Amino acid sequence: MSLLQVTHLLKSYPAPGGGVQQVVNVPAFALGAGEQLALRGESGSGKTTFLNLIAGILAPDSGSIRLADQELTTLGEARRDRLRAGTIGYIFQTFNLLQGHTVLENVLLGMAFGPGANRPRAAALLQRMGLADKHDHYPRQLSTGQQQRVAVARALANQPKLVLADEPTGNLDRRNAREALQLIRETCRESGAALLLVSHDERVLAQFEQMQDFTHFNRAPTGAIA
Amino acid sequence: MLWNLIYRSLRQHALSTLVTAGSIALASGLLMTVWVVKTQSQAVFAATNSGFDAVLGARGSKLQLVLNAIFHLEASPGNIAATDFEQIRRHRAVKAAIPLALGDSHEGWRIAGTVEALFNDIEYVPGKRYAFAAGGRNFKLGSQEAVVGSYAAQQLGWKVGRTFHPHHGLSEEGGHEHEENYIVVGVLEPTNTPVDRVIWIPLEGVQTMSGHNPLAATELSAVLIQLRAPTAGLMLNNQINAAGGKLTFAYPIGSIVAELFNKISWFDKVLTLLAWLVAVVAAGSVLVSIYNSMSARARDIAILRALGARRRTVFGAVVGEAAVIGALGSALGFVVFGILAATVATIIRAQAGVVLEPWQWNTVFAWGPAVFTGLCLLGGVVPAIKAYRVPVAETIAPVA
Repeated sequence: MSLLQVTHLLKSYPAPGGGVQQVVNVPAFALGAGEQLALRGESGSGKTTFLNLIAGILAPDSGSIRLADQELTTLGEARRDRLRAGTIGYIFQTFNLLQGHTVLENVLLGMAFGPGANRPRAAALLQRMGLADKHDHYPRQLSTGQQQRVAVARALANQPKLVLADEPTGNLDRRNAREALQLIRETCRESGAALLLVSHDERVLAQFEQMQDFTHFNRAPTGAIA
Repeated sequence: MLWNLIYRSLRQHALSTLVTAGSIALASGLLMTVWVVKTQSQAVFAATNSGFDAVLGARGSKLQLVLNAIFHLEASPGNIAATDFEQIRRHRAVKAAIPLALGDSHEGWRIAGTVEALFNDIEYVPGKRYAFAAGGRNFKLGSQEAVVGSYAAQQLGWKVGRTFHPHHGLSEEGGHEHEENYIVVGVLEPTNTPVDRVIWIPLEGVQTMSGHNPLAATELSAVLIQLRAPTAGLMLNNQINAAGGKLTFAYPIGSIVAELFNKISWFDKVLTLLAWLVAVVAAGSVLVSIYNSMSARARDIAILRALGARRRTVFGAVVGEAAVIGALGSALGFVVFGILAATVATIIRAQAGVVLEPWQWNTVFAWGPAVFTGLCLLGGVVPAIKAYRVPVAETIAPVA
């Protein structure tokens, strides 16, 4: 039984010149528990929209998303939020750390809306990320590599079953990108979380045993939408 | 969780939080001051009668008579004859009658001529008689001795043994200094009544002061009256006022003072309206302050939503933030109130001898902060709706 099963998923946006533009058209996609899969996709191929649909941030036009034995598309927004808070960890390209919160507070936020804030766990995650001495630092006081490690710790804070990573190394230099990717994969493996990573960086994609081309299973025409 | 979000947002926007809370504090402090001074001064003025039920004076305004004889404000409406005093003193309904002769002053502090009985026999509030500070005593009739009210003594820096020349008239401007030299023999303990603001000398001292009209040497400015029973007041009111003679019987004192507040009620209303306007403007400042920062906060809100925060959580966080600013401002408002009310109370005490106690419990201390917090909470609803509507996917997308 797959952790994530997507069937006949459609999502369109209003097109700038009128009408609609289909962005996601995925007849079938699945990911097993603990699996790590990389999706190759160019900018505008709809891969971020695909991840947002899986995360329940966006509602599809039609189709089915089954995650951890729950059908996302029949849930109301509040229940999708709850499911996301308890089941999914999300790593963004731009880290999306809250600048007014300290490193520790950012990690605590990752679990606050799901299982609830757990300081010892947050501290342990930060130690795992090599940031044990940065608890009270603010994101602006960290290097980009350190910020991404905080984002990884936050994504794992709620002990997710699925980690979604959207171009997680896009803003990092080569060395930091390699380290961050290694950390994401290791920590997901340690916690038993499945990892679905999208990237257009071949160096990143080459690290994965399983890799698929997003455009192969997304039948929507490519456009300029993320 | 909600509180954590509110706390961290307030911390992140500390400067605008403090500035906005400061404007709420000013508004809240102003409203509480207006309310407390209004309600308490009405109550205290209406209750101030220095232990008397009525005032007898020359034909004229009852209010002027009371203000002059009880509060030592305003000018005397005129004099009454000694025979009128004798007549009222001997009336079977009158328990005590204390004559007053007014019209002189010293450095702006009014001098009143009266009899020893005022300080020996009269209870200025039930169960409380006048007392002298250590080393002091009552004046003796026929002497050039003076008893000074506590506030006047404090302001003048006078102690027992001090001598002074009374000044003709109620102010230092114009008039002349009388040649009589009085010596202070007693300073009254504070009574928190207008008596504290007066220099008291024997009755005939004022009546026969050099330079005063010798033909009016037996006349009085007013008579302070204690009645044996309240019903007697209505009877005397009918007898004296309805007769349309040369006298005015001001009774009951509290109702007459209340008339004053009725006459100036428009002023209260204007002040209260102003305070409410300031309150609304302050609540508006909360709205504008948070609303203007919403564009900058949209990304944070979208991140929170992506982490699983529900719409109602971010809505609650923004409304809660506005309410906390309101509560913080209201709390600081007590500091503003303390300063403003103490200033106003000092002015009222100096001008009328009536002592307000600003920190005495008033319901505005409960509903004022509650209303301000509520207004700010309402002010937070508009930006909270904006937060509620933040589109997560679009807002969180990386900037190209």
